[in-house]
Amino acid sequence: MLQVKSLTKIYDGGVKALDNVSFEVPDGQFLAIIGLSGSGKSTLLRCINRLVEPTAGQILWNGEDITAASQDEMRRIRRRIGMVFQHFNLVHRSKVITNVLAGRLGYVNPAWSLMNRFPKEDIEKAIQKMKRVGIADKAYQRADELSGGQQQRVGIARALMQDPEMILADEPVASLDPVLAHSIMTHLEDINKKDGITVLCSLHFLDLVHRYAGRVVALNEGKLVFEGLPKDIDDKKFKDIYGRDAERVG
Amino acid sequence: MKNKNDRKASPWKSIKVGLASLLVMVILAYGFQITKINLEELRSKQRQESLIRVARALAKPDFFEYDQVEEVINAPLFVPCLTDGSLPAMPNQTASNPYLVITPACANPGDTIQVEGFNFASKASGPLRFVPGNDPNNVVTLGRVNVETDSTGYFIASMILPDRQSTDMQYIRASLRRNIGLPHLTQTAHDTWDKIIETVFLALLATVFGTILAIPLSFLAARNLMKPVKSPLISISLSALGWPIGIALGFLIVREVGDISNAIGSNIWINLASVVVSPMLIWLGMRWAIPPEEINPPHLPIRLARLGVLLLGVLVGFYGFFQLASLTKIVGMNLRGALGSFGFLGNFLFQVGNIVALLTPVLGGLVAGGALGSFLGRIGQQGSEKLSAKGLKTINLFLTSIAGATILTLLGLLINWLYQIGNPLYTLWGPMAVGGLLGILLAIFSEAKEALPIGMVIYFITRTILNALRSVEALIMAIVFVIAVGIGPFAGVLALGLHTIVSLAKLYSEQVESIMSGPLEAVQATGANRLQTIVYAVIPQIIPPYISYTMYRWDINVRMSTIIGFVGGGGIGFLLQQNINLLNYRGASAQMVAIAVVVASMDYISSVLREKTI
Ligand SMILES: Nc1ncnc2c1ncn2[C@@H]1O[C@H](COP(=O)(O)OP(=O)(O)O)[C@@H](O)[C@H]1O
Ligand SMILES: [Mg+2]
Repeated sequence: MLQVKSLTKIYDGGVKALDNVSFEVPDGQFLAIIGLSGSGKSTLLRCINRLVEPTAGQILWNGEDITAASQDEMRRIRRRIGMVFQHFNLVHRSKVITNVLAGRLGYVNPAWSLMNRFPKEDIEKAIQKMKRVGIADKAYQRADELSGGQQQRVGIARALMQDPEMILADEPVASLDPVLAHSIMTHLEDINKKDGITVLCSLHFLDLVHRYAGRVVALNEGKLVFEGLPKDIDDKKFKDIYGRDAERVG
Repeated sequence: MKNKNDRKASPWKSIKVGLASLLVMVILAYGFQITKINLEELRSKQRQESLIRVARALAKPDFFEYDQVEEVINAPLFVPCLTDGSLPAMPNQTASNPYLVITPACANPGDTIQVEGFNFASKASGPLRFVPGNDPNNVVTLGRVNVETDSTGYFIASMILPDRQSTDMQYIRASLRRNIGLPHLTQTAHDTWDKIIETVFLALLATVFGTILAIPLSFLAARNLMKPVKSPLISISLSALGWPIGIALGFLIVREVGDISNAIGSNIWINLASVVVSPMLIWLGMRWAIPPEEINPPHLPIRLARLGVLLLGVLVGFYGFFQLASLTKIVGMNLRGALGSFGFLGNFLFQVGNIVALLTPVLGGLVAGGALGSFLGRIGQQGSEKLSAKGLKTINLFLTSIAGATILTLLGLLINWLYQIGNPLYTLWGPMAVGGLLGILLAIFSEAKEALPIGMVIYFITRTILNALRSVEALIMAIVFVIAVGIGPFAGVLALGLHTIVSLAKLYSEQVESIMSGPLEAVQATGANRLQTIVYAVIPQIIPPYISYTMYRWDINVRMSTIIGFVGGGGIGFLLQQNINLLNYRGASAQMVAIAVVVASMDYISSVLREKTI
């Protein structure tokens, strides 16, 4: 269970990216986070693994206070939270398998990993995860030689290497075409359903939300403006979320 | 309205333009005077002559020469003709010996005579001289004409007799030289070759050492890496105390290890055994003490035991270093004698052994300093999380004042060592008091648990030092190092190396600042620590720009190393300057050609490498 309580983030420039946001996510849920660009979706996801330091509020995960964790504790928490990014965020010049193995960095002993040595089990695990997302044959290519869809699958494999209990996906399909988008979303759905991993996924398109999400929270200018089931987003709610002038398409 | 405005503005505008141009003219005129621009100087006859002489010498670089033999033949004549009309005896006109024929055999000063030479070697050349007096070996020569024989060994030349009258017999002397054998390299060419090798290696060493040291510095000078580095005050002050204590302890302990290693002896077999066995011991120790993966941290006794094993492993490692140094020294010494002309390889090994033996205690100090600094820093971090704000504040007051006093005292001692002030009030007690006070103030005015941006402080200090040093030219640094370590290539290596460190660190750090932050974030999100993040997300991104900047610096260093000899820094510049001062322009030309060839070929090599790597 993830509990976000009165979370507020004010950036150095004075932008209030999150404004007193509270919600809860039961274990094993597929939660979609929607909202316009700049509404604070990325900030929210990054506060959960503290890539961004929250200004105020609390985040509890299975009773553990993430916001109060020390640096060491934070590393232990982070290694159980996978993250998938809009721009994949792979290290371009490294091999695919190195990118995937990087998911183990929170577990392996730093001294060995600095010498680029990973335990045998981890390498086997990496191959297994790459097989799962269908890129095992690319293992020894450079990451930037892969297409966008393949790169995002590397990103997912990297997250899976962490043995995560939760995956944060920040617009994972926003830079992919619709066909690839569905393939990536299917992988995330599979992970959520088969492994019971909680998924928090920010999305742009409502049809994806309807198709994959179990529940939705919506942000508008940092405020939580909707929380409920995807089918409950009616026209009025839609305008609350996307602004008065927005038109529903499709 | 608008028109009026325009009309009003235009005269004022013109005056401004006029004044500005006048100012530019004045500045330029002043510049001319200051830089002493004087084209008359170029036109003066004397200057032009020496210019031509230099240009011709430069066109003939002193690389090759022939062995030469000289034939000196005298022919007598009278100047003026004797009153009794007698003429000097004709030389033997045999077909095998060279001889001269002078017509007429007597003449007045100022008359033109014709000199023919027969049976000389073909293609020989040299001066035709008038030798006064009755001694044909007289060194006084007057008048001089250069002649060259044709393929049959014949020459003909005319000569105006100088005003040297005597009733004694006088002489015309032909000293003709000719080349024998094949051309061979001159001494200048040999010297140039030696020095050009020195030059290239000077550049190579400076680039290698500069690059190695610039890499860690560039991380400290990169804003994006340093900005997130924040620590609470207690952690900072403990770490600040840990560094100097660790350095001192490490240095002393490792030197002790060195003494033990020396006591064990410099027997080649013992050395060899130690060099083989100690890495294996370390490997075993590491295998036991650093488990590959650990979900939960183990109990304290096990952790302490592991720490002990690691410590022991490090000591064994340094012992291995000393033994390795001893081994390379012995091997090098033996090879130096055995390898003959490849003896320099032995010398290299010997020197490397020496350097390793010298640097190992320093390395030990740095390792211990880093270890103790970060260990105490972590303790501080944990303390700041566990202790109450009030208790923390009290501890901070105490620790920070000690840390401040320590740092400033060390600085004071450094200043005293540099400037020899010798007044402990200024260099010991004063800094100590000021440091302690600053520490107390810092502890009072900062929140006890607040994470202070220590990363940015380090960033600014590093940047400032780099910028200050970078503005000093490598040549100036060379002058300083020549004073410190004496004339020679070592001073040049140090100067170029230092300049390489500071300028590369700046360039590198800019590359670090411009890397993509996405992968950094992604690796951080997996729970990687700071060092892992650098190794997995930063380093792969900066390798290509680092390589290309290193090549660029290599080019600069090759150029610089050719002139660093001008100030005594070794390399070919030393020869060049010497030859210019001695007006030996053919020698100087040889060195300039060598420089041009080396710079061009290094340029070419680096551009090929650059294409290959990027
Ligand atoms: N690092 C940052 N510094 C300052 N402002 C930021 C930063 N990141 C995001 N913001 C601002 O915070 C707001 C929310 O941004 P973001 O969380 O990226 O929204 P979304 O992901 O929904 O597009 C925006 O106004 C954005 O400009
Ligand atoms: Mg975003």
